[in-house]
Parts: sequence; C-alpha cells; structure tokens
Amino acid sequence: MRTSWSKRVLFFILILVIVIPVLFPFVWMLASSLKTQVDIVAWPPRLVFTPTLQNYERVFREQNFLKYFLNSSIIGISAVFFSLLMGVPAAYSIARYKQQRLSIFILVARLMPGISFLMPWYIIFSRLKLMDSYVGLILSHMLITLPIIVWIMSSYFDTIPTELEESATVDGATRQRAFLSVVLPIAGPGVVTSVTLSFIFSWNNFMFSQVLSMEKTKTLPIAIYNFVSYAEVDWGAVMAAAVAIMMPAIILTMIFQKYVVKGLTMGAVKG
Amino acid sequence: MALLKKQGNFLERNLHIIFPLPAVIFVVVMMIFPVLYTFFLSFTNWNLTSGMPLSIVFFRSYQRVLKEPRFLAALGRTFSFTVLAVFVETVVGMIIALILNRDFKGKGFTKLIMLLPLVSTPVAIGIAWNLFYDPTIGLANYLLTLLGLPKLAWTGSESTVIPSLVLVDIWQWTPMIVLILLAGLASISSEPYESARIDGANEWQVFWRITLPMIRPTLFTALILRSIDALKTFDIIYAMTGGGPGYASETLNIMAFKYSFEYFRMGQASVILVFLFLLVLLMSLIIVRFQKSVEM
Repeated sequence: MRTSWSKRVLFFILILVIVIPVLFPFVWMLASSLKTQVDIVAWPPRLVFTPTLQNYERVFREQNFLKYFLNSSIIGISAVFFSLLMGVPAAYSIARYKQQRLSIFILVARLMPGISFLMPWYIIFSRLKLMDSYVGLILSHMLITLPIIVWIMSSYFDTIPTELEESATVDGATRQRAFLSVVLPIAGPGVVTSVTLSFIFSWNNFMFSQVLSMEKTKTLPIAIYNFVSYAEVDWGAVMAAAVAIMMPAIILTMIFQKYVVKGLTMGAVKG
Repeated sequence: MALLKKQGNFLERNLHIIFPLPAVIFVVVMMIFPVLYTFFLSFTNWNLTSGMPLSIVFFRSYQRVLKEPRFLAALGRTFSFTVLAVFVETVVGMIIALILNRDFKGKGFTKLIMLLPLVSTPVAIGIAWNLFYDPTIGLANYLLTLLGLPKLAWTGSESTVIPSLVLVDIWQWTPMIVLILLAGLASISSEPYESARIDGANEWQVFWRITLPMIRPTLFTALILRSIDALKTFDIIYAMTGGGPGYASETLNIMAFKYSFEYFRMGQASVILVFLFLLVLLMSLIIVRFQKSVEM
C-alpha cells in the first residue's frame, strides 16, 4: 500500500497544525527573553529583532536566582530520595501481596487537593517551628513525590515475573533478600520513571512553598512569582527567569522521554 | 545464629506489613491527620487575626459560608471551568490522538513536543500567557487585529477571564489526554479492524463501532483524572489573575487559599476545604469503582 504524494503533504500539514500551537508559547517565551524592553513593548509585536542575553545576565546577577535554584534542587532531591526509601518497599508489597486497599489509599493522596492539608500544616508547622525550614518543605514535597513513586513502582513490579524471586527463595534466600538482590537490580526503568516524574512535580510545585517558605527556603516558582509582583514588570527578565526555571524539567524530559510518557499514562491504561 | 535466623523469619512472615509501614505512617501523619484537623476546624469560628481562642460553633461556619454569594459563585465557577476545559480537552485530544495513531517520520519528536506543556512549571506558564494576553503589548490582540477582529481585555475583564484561563488549561493539558489515548490505542489488537475492513466498514463506522468502545475505559479514566486535576487548578489562576478581576475567576481552591492565608479565617476556610475535599473524594470513588469493575 503506497500513500499518494498529496496525501503525505496533507498529513504533514495536519501535524504542523497540531505541533505549532503547542510549541508556539515556548518559542514566544524564548524570543521575549532575548528581547530588550524596547522590543518587548513595541506595537505591533516584533517578530524580527536583535537578540540579547542581557535579561539572563540581569536575572542571574541581581536576583538570588542561584540560591533559589539550589533550594529547589535540595528540596526536590531530598523529597525524592526519602520517598524512594519508603515508597519502593511499599510498592513491592502492594504488587506482590495484591494489597488493593493500600494502593487506593496511596492513590487518594495523589488526588486530594493540596490545600486541604496545607492549611493545617501551616498551623502545625508554625507551632513546631518548621516554617521556612528545609525539613518542613521536604516533608510537604514528599506528599507529592511519594504517591507518584508508589503508583509507578507498584505498576512496574506487577510486570516483573515472580519466578525470579521464587527461584531465589527456593535456593534458601529470604523474601527480603530476594527483593534486595534479585528484584531491585532489575527495577531500574521503574525507578528512572518514578524519580524523573516525581522530581519534576516537586520542582514545579508552587502552592506548598508559597505558604511554607520565606526567604531562606524560597524555591524558584515563588521567586519568579514575586518577581512579577514588583511594581514595574520587567518582562524580559521575567521571561528569562521563566525559561531558566523550566529548563531542568525540559532537559530531563528530553533525556528520559519514553519513561516520562510511560509514567504519565500508565495509571489510565491499566484496564 | 539461630536468633538471627528467627528474626529473618519474623521479617519475612510480616513483610506485607513491614514494607508498607513507613509509607503508611507518613501518609497518615501528613495527610489523614491534617484532613481530620480541617474537619474539626470547620466546626469552629477560629480566626487567626482576632487573637481569640477558637470556640466550637457547630454548623454556624457552614451556615455563614453557604449563605455567602461569593462561595456559591466560586462553586459554580469551579464547575464551569472544569466542564468547559475537560470537554474541549477530551474532544480535541481524541481527534489529535486518532491523527497521530500511525507510524510516521517524526512521531517521536511530535510526542516530545506534546510532553513539554505537561512538564513545564505552571506558574512560569501562567506568567508567559499573561504577556501573551496583555491588552496593550500582547500578541493575542495583535493576532485578533490581523484577523480584523476587535481587541479583547482577556484576563482583564469579568466576561472573558474564565474562557481565557480555560484556554491556557486546554493548551497545557490536552497533550495529556492525547498521550493517554495514544497509549490506549496502541494496546488495541488489530483483529477487529481487519474483519471490519473485510466487511467494508468506512472510517466513521470503524471509529464508533470499534475504536470508541475499546478505548472507552482508558478515555473514562483519563476524563476523571483530568477532571479532578481541573477542579484543583490553582497555580495558573493564582499566577495569572489571583482570582480577579474582582472575584470573577475565583474558584473554590483560590477562595479557600485566600480565606486561609490572606484573611486567616480558618474556620470558614475549613468549610470550603471540606466541600472541595468531598467533591474530589466523590470523583475519586467513581474512579476506584470503575477501575475495579474493569479489572474484574
């Protein structure tokens, strides 16, 4: 079966019609971040201009951008790390002992609106002096990362045949030993998927940090939000900051594209 | 040595309890306990700024919130935002998924592009769309004038703010539906299609009789998941309008946030949270029921 030339052109145009609207805001963001203030406020909007890196320079120099970048990284990486420690064994147990209720319990944590625990956290954290502390922020972000990790890992363990562990236990190993030395070493793809996705969601989180952090533990999304709230909007710098904050997630997505797709879609395509 | 062996056995026999225990304790302490606390607070009139100790008023906070026109408006707005966004996302997502569901050069690249809105920081996205919507320098109005249409105030006017925000949600989340449906379509076997071809069915009949029924479980789960997330939309709205102009884009989530962290009326904020919580719980139950019925 050979599709005709005109049909192929038509299909190509169709793909462009799909891709361009998705991509365009990113292109516009990037373009604006490379414009001078004069070019940004010009009417009609300038499609052709001389690009400049001065916005990026301003963002990285004047704002405490690197500090917020570091905060976002510390909080994201720690939340993912501790969630892995707790989540992977839980996911294994859900998959192997068919603990449906437990899996629903964790799923509910993923679905609940964050603000329904944020308000009580605010009160409790204030009492415990956990406001604007790394411990408090990591704990709050773990409620984002843990459900994702359990959800993805339990689906992943479901796909690993039990024969491997069974032959290990026949050879005299305990179940926990079989888990550590037989199952975990081949769980790599699941771990990559869950770590990538949960880190991205922690990185992008705005609401928790907006309430629980102040200057010391401020993360990037808050920094960029406050940046806009200033009296005069310096659009070029704001767009440069926006591009910079999205870069890590986009780079991770490019590297782990297949895993990210799998992680985002696996919940729905079970049945 | 014998003792060690015995301990190993204990661990092994109770693995199904010990392995999930830390995660369960964490979720109970960080989620269940706070949610119960919120329930408790909803029966009080606690106001952090008043400096008065909280007193239990039973359903009086509920009465006050339910009588508040602002609450009913926010409730209605949350629904219309969700329904509008999810409806368009599902229809458009379905169409795009059907188009992409074949082998072609650049499919991987197209999927990568689809992923970008999903992994982008919502606050940054919202701010970028604000520049796009800006009435005086924004590209959106320029595009309108190119088409010979009058300029709009977009998020600046009460009548256009919700559709403008919905458009951002559609832009960001339609790809999610596309990717889920693509994964679902890929898992359909080709047999029914082949026999339909032999029977001479046209594309339209194939879609309604074969594709749609087979993809329905996936579509339904995607729809509910997306609806729950749309009900909870916070970052985009907060970053773009803060619920304004006036209260014109205030959803339950935004209203609860303001009651909690701007007015510090914890009692009434808790009432709003209870409603939001019940709404999401209801939708979650639907999802759980449905997944069970599919698995059985």
